[in-house]
Amino acid sequence: MIYRETGQFKSSYASDQAIFPLVQDRIFVLLAVAVAFVVPPLFASEYWLQAVLIPLLIYALAALGLNLLTGYAGQVSLGTGGFMAVGAYSAFKLSTAFPQVNVILVFLLSGLVAALVGLVFGVPSLRIKGFYLAVATLAAQFFLIWLFNKVPWFVNYSSSGTITAPTRTLFGVTITGPEASPGARYMVALAMVTIFALIAKNLVRGRVGRSWMAIRDRDIAAEIIGVRPMRTKLLAFAISSFYCGVAGAELVFLYLGSAETLAFDINLSFLVLFMIIIGGLGSVLGSLLGSAFIVLVPIFLTNAPHLIGLPLPVALQKQIELMVFGALIVFFLIVEPNGLARLWQVTKEKLRLWPFPH
Amino acid sequence: MSRSKAVLIALLALVVLASPLAGAALAQSQSIFIPLLVYRTGPYAPSGIPIANGFNDYWNLVNERDGGINGVKLVWEECETQYDTKQGVECYERLKAKNPVLVNPYSTGITYTLIPKGPVDKVVIFSMGYGSAATADGRWFPWVFTFPTTYWSQASAVIRYMGQQESGLEKLKGKKIVHIYHNSPYGKEANPTLEDLARKYGFELTLLAVDHPGQEQKATWLQVRKINPDWIFVSGWGVMNQVAVKEAAAIGFKMDHIVGNWWSANDSDVVPAGEGAKGYKGATFHAPGTNFKVFQDIVKYVYDKGKGAGKQEDMGAPLYNRGVVNAMLSVEAIRTAMGKYGNKSLTGEQVRWGFENFNLTEQRLDQLGMKGFMHPIKVSCEDHEGNGPVLIQQWDGKKWNVISSWIEPMRDVVRPKIEASAIEEGKKFNYTQRDCSKEK
Repeated sequence: MIYRETGQFKSSYASDQAIFPLVQDRIFVLLAVAVAFVVPPLFASEYWLQAVLIPLLIYALAALGLNLLTGYAGQVSLGTGGFMAVGAYSAFKLSTAFPQVNVILVFLLSGLVAALVGLVFGVPSLRIKGFYLAVATLAAQFFLIWLFNKVPWFVNYSSSGTITAPTRTLFGVTITGPEASPGARYMVALAMVTIFALIAKNLVRGRVGRSWMAIRDRDIAAEIIGVRPMRTKLLAFAISSFYCGVAGAELVFLYLGSAETLAFDINLSFLVLFMIIIGGLGSVLGSLLGSAFIVLVPIFLTNAPHLIGLPLPVALQKQIELMVFGALIVFFLIVEPNGLARLWQVTKEKLRLWPFPH
Repeated sequence: MSRSKAVLIALLALVVLASPLAGAALAQSQSIFIPLLVYRTGPYAPSGIPIANGFNDYWNLVNERDGGINGVKLVWEECETQYDTKQGVECYERLKAKNPVLVNPYSTGITYTLIPKGPVDKVVIFSMGYGSAATADGRWFPWVFTFPTTYWSQASAVIRYMGQQESGLEKLKGKKIVHIYHNSPYGKEANPTLEDLARKYGFELTLLAVDHPGQEQKATWLQVRKINPDWIFVSGWGVMNQVAVKEAAAIGFKMDHIVGNWWSANDSDVVPAGEGAKGYKGATFHAPGTNFKVFQDIVKYVYDKGKGAGKQEDMGAPLYNRGVVNAMLSVEAIRTAMGKYGNKSLTGEQVRWGFENFNLTEQRLDQLGMKGFMHPIKVSCEDHEGNGPVLIQQWDGKKWNVISSWIEPMRDVVRPKIEASAIEEGKKFNYTQRDCSKEK
């Protein structure tokens, strides 16, 4: 009744090609973004900002990046953690070498460095596919982590091998380092996700995204109709790694404050991959929903026994958390193999018919 | 919509709605809250469980026997980190709402993340014998305490011990020493000191890294066979230790020429290797075993009342005792602060004063039932390390025995390094050096 396109006429190409052709969608999304920008900084506790929302946004950005590569271009990658590490370590090197450079610019530059590295590790994708490509990207993961562990130049010869986010400001507000308020860091992370999600959405609607999807669906057919596989695949690797690199830089600068290579180990790659599988492959919204699921559910499960006044030993609680979380993932994939994004789509379709379903 | 999908959406809605309630804090009057970051699951659990039990038992003892610290109850809450920095940060942020006065991170990674937060949140970071050696300079890092000692002091004491065994430090010249370390900030921490000492005493140092979690060490021990070192120093943690001991036994290396650091010498590290582990040595800053009055008290007030955290027969393992020591030091530092600010709930700043003016005398150790259990410590504004000496213990197949007297670290080598790196690390955070003569 409310959610219906009746009466909305498109009189120009621009309005017909809008990201959200329906007025209701536009309003909903704008409202959601506005709420995200206003409500948490005002009302959320420090715990919520620091331990839940900031990592959620950072993972969302990484998941967006991986979704472009795996969901849209069909190239399976297990190197996400490695590419994020490239972003983090380049951001650290850049910001300590050029302290006067704006920290957002540092994030973008480290994204570019990650893109270059992604380009190099994307080369095998021209010859190998599927599981074999996954193994090749696994090499990227292990090589990059080994490199950062081995070469002390990357950590400015610090004896512990830890990188630390220096204090930097943006428009006079401290956004990185220990004194930065969680609210400020949240705003930066949110702004980055919003902008990059918008860019991703436009990328996948346009020529680039269509050529990615053509490659994903059948690369030989795509080649025949004139999509250049090398350019397309490498572009996917580069852009995906750019997103992951920026997310990696944010992970250290906005979330952890200091990190070692262990923060970027293979588990991170799997985590981000699970996010896009659960959220929905080939969907921008799915990346956001998937990261929300993976971040929120364990925290909910950790806190649930306390909420109902059931004091469990922490070890047992952790085991239960892992089991329930695993079971939930299986349950989700059985019930909705196409991910949370598909669930959202189904809900919208039902809403269009509501209250008169046929 | 199918029913299962409805269930699905309902579940999701529940998560979204219920999670904001999670962080709600309970305020209690006249108590002191301490978060307890533990790891009872995952690859580091063999090391994490005894420590956590030691903490619980000692704090339970203080509450049961003395009714808290000078009558103020201790309240603590465990949080599982799995030795993972991200989970540790989540734990710290969650428990921060309960106004903690100090935190024992028990992971070098988590310590590094919390070091900059300490002064901002007004929480004392007590990294007892771990974390960053640079933070032992209290002029730069007022909120971090590493006493009784640091990795750098430990490395120098272990080298001194090796020298003693070779009948003189100068005899180390030309000897081959291998450092097998966990490839993380924790494991790397001792390397610069070892390198300096190698230059000073002319021994040949080889650094062999073992990647997290440390189950795979075949390549490392192949190299050890090739090098055939005179001494091996191990900085391992969790499952890495038992694998290292097993591998050493498998290649038939002289067990009494391997010295683990104080995180690599627990019962759980040597028992899996069986007879082969006999003779393995480890550093420590407190005695193993239960021949001290405090353990009788723990049995009487905690285990006999059914409040024990672990099994009674597991008491006395080095890492259990480490937990007890750490819990005791935390309690005594808070008690020191109460001496100035009164017997009530304290703030982080007040407890910090207690840490900085901490003076654990022989007499006080005797009163605590810990005579001979550990060395007296005195902390000062400049020196947050207390420069504690180190003991060497040896595994005889059944239990650990202390086989050395207290070995002094090489303060002349270590302290200048600490001061230099404190300046370097402090500058990263735009800190300034405190003038200690102005502190009271």
